Amino acid sequence: MSLAHDARVTASPATMAQRAARTWPEINNPAAWVVAVILVIMPLIASGFFLIEIFASTLILGTMALSLMFLAGYGGMVSLMQLTIAGFSAYMVAVFGISGNANISLGWPWWLAVPMALALATAFGTLGGALAVRTEGIYTIMITLAIGAAFYYFTNQNWAIFNGHTGINTVATPRFWGVNWRADIPFYYIVLAVAALCYFAVQYLSRAPFGLALQGVRDNPRRMAALGFNVNAHRIAAYAFASFVAALAGVLQVWNYRQISPGSVSVGACIDVLIIAVVGGITRPIGPFIGALIFVLLRTFALDFLVRLGLDGNRFRLLIGLGFLAIVFWSSDGVIGLWQRWRQSQKRDANRSGGGHRHG
Amino acid sequence: MDSVAQRLSVVGAGAALELRGVTRLFGALAALTDITMTVRPGERRAVLGSNGAGKTTLFNCITGDFAPSSGTIRFFGEDVTHFPPYERIRRGLRRTYQISALFPGLTVQDNVYLACRGVSRGRFSFLRPGQNDALMHAADNLVQAVHLSAVKDQRVAELAHGQQRQLEIALALAGAPRFVLFDEPAAGLSPTERAELIEILTSLPAHIGYIIIEHDMDVALRVVESVTMMHNGRIFKEGLPEEIQSDPEVQELYLGGGHE
Repeated sequence: MSLAHDARVTASPATMAQRAARTWPEINNPAAWVVAVILVIMPLIASGFFLIEIFASTLILGTMALSLMFLAGYGGMVSLMQLTIAGFSAYMVAVFGISGNANISLGWPWWLAVPMALALATAFGTLGGALAVRTEGIYTIMITLAIGAAFYYFTNQNWAIFNGHTGINTVATPRFWGVNWRADIPFYYIVLAVAALCYFAVQYLSRAPFGLALQGVRDNPRRMAALGFNVNAHRIAAYAFASFVAALAGVLQVWNYRQISPGSVSVGACIDVLIIAVVGGITRPIGPFIGALIFVLLRTFALDFLVRLGLDGNRFRLLIGLGFLAIVFWSSDGVIGLWQRWRQSQKRDANRSGGGHRHG
Repeated sequence: MDSVAQRLSVVGAGAALELRGVTRLFGALAALTDITMTVRPGERRAVLGSNGAGKTTLFNCITGDFAPSSGTIRFFGEDVTHFPPYERIRRGLRRTYQISALFPGLTVQDNVYLACRGVSRGRFSFLRPGQNDALMHAADNLVQAVHLSAVKDQRVAELAHGQQRQLEIALALAGAPRFVLFDEPAAGLSPTERAELIEILTSLPAHIGYIIIEHDMDVALRVVESVTMMHNGRIFKEGLPEEIQSDPEVQELYLGGGHE
């Protein structure tokens, strides 16, 4: 009786799901809806600290890592300069916009400074990409790491634009329509909107000709050329798109901290983005956000936890490193890979117990 | 306008593929030496030769996977010697690979769709194809033509070897091919699959010419009208299939003259 009922209930959504699966795979996933609703009503649940320090930070870092996921997961290009592009964008917002360093900042309103920063950072990332696509594999990693390191040392030493190691402080944040958009709740929604936009854009692109061709380039660049594709142009275009995503995250980053300094674009921070993407999983766009949540939770709470155990609080990186090692060893497709395998084994178990009539 | 008139006049002149003195060196090793050959539009030719005779190197030079060290290559009259591969493909040249070169992470349908997309506009399109997308239909038809409709939503990594070889051919027939290079399409196929392959090759539209590298004489000599025999990177003999088959020198060299 109950079995028959279940079957009837699930029959029609299943066919609907199949029809919709070609366009929007997430629409029929109840878990995705639950997550979406929780994210939207988050300000009712979480206080200012959690809202910004945990969730907004997660979404910003996740968006940066998403740009790496797009390049690495679909394009097979591991770029370590995604944080550098975000940092460049953040610096440009501070330089063109309004900040406490009046001798550097040009004082443009945010609606001019932000498009300028996005355009320049996208151009910067595209140029870096144009260099990187001449190489493959480990050499791509080396070139993008070199760009990241060069930018870090340049910001440290250049005082005319980047204000050296002190960086640029008290960066103004947008206020219009009588709203202070850097107040916790409005800012959370801006971050959520941008992160969601980037997430859905990547998801959508993965099935569009551009994204499909990128996956073709990842699987077999030589064959792609033999099918009529200009492989390098495709890779550079992928860098341009990923740079734009990273640049958006950079704008949010500088609005979040209201300052930007070389410490935010250090080589260590570049590698953090790689760790976030790999721990979360680079096969699907949700991976980087899961990785970012784990990273932010560890960064925030491991300190207290370690101190309570009588260890140095700064050892939270040790935990992250161990987690990274574990993931690389046991699940090359990250936490989402673990989750998918667990779900599959659950399904298998359910089928087995159902088929064997062991539980009456 | 000029270039169109030019191109039309050279098509009239009659060579689909024209190689003049093509040489390819790998360091001191000459993989190809002074290859000169002309293939008419619609002509079907086999390239035979033992391992290391330079057959695949010849294909790589024609498609532009690497440039010849010297010599010129003309495709329907146009000098393509220094064109990148994708420019040659967009002009109607196609090839298959001896070892299947597919996209294992994508489905059969997506593989063929990419092949259709590669030789048409919108390679960088950010918009997903809709229900009535012309290229989607073209891809469907191609999948059907190589008998892969049943597995079209499977990832290529899960396909059997024979199915992968069929997909390999489908990718080379996307769009409007004018000339195809088949690199050992029968490698590793069962007798039934070989028969299907022969059927696919012989039923290609008459205007599509091809060169086929094939060790299996039963396949090769049944689907071609001329044969080029290569040895040590040079052209050793050219002729009709019967002539080549009965040539004593060729038998000595390649067809196992050891019997005598």
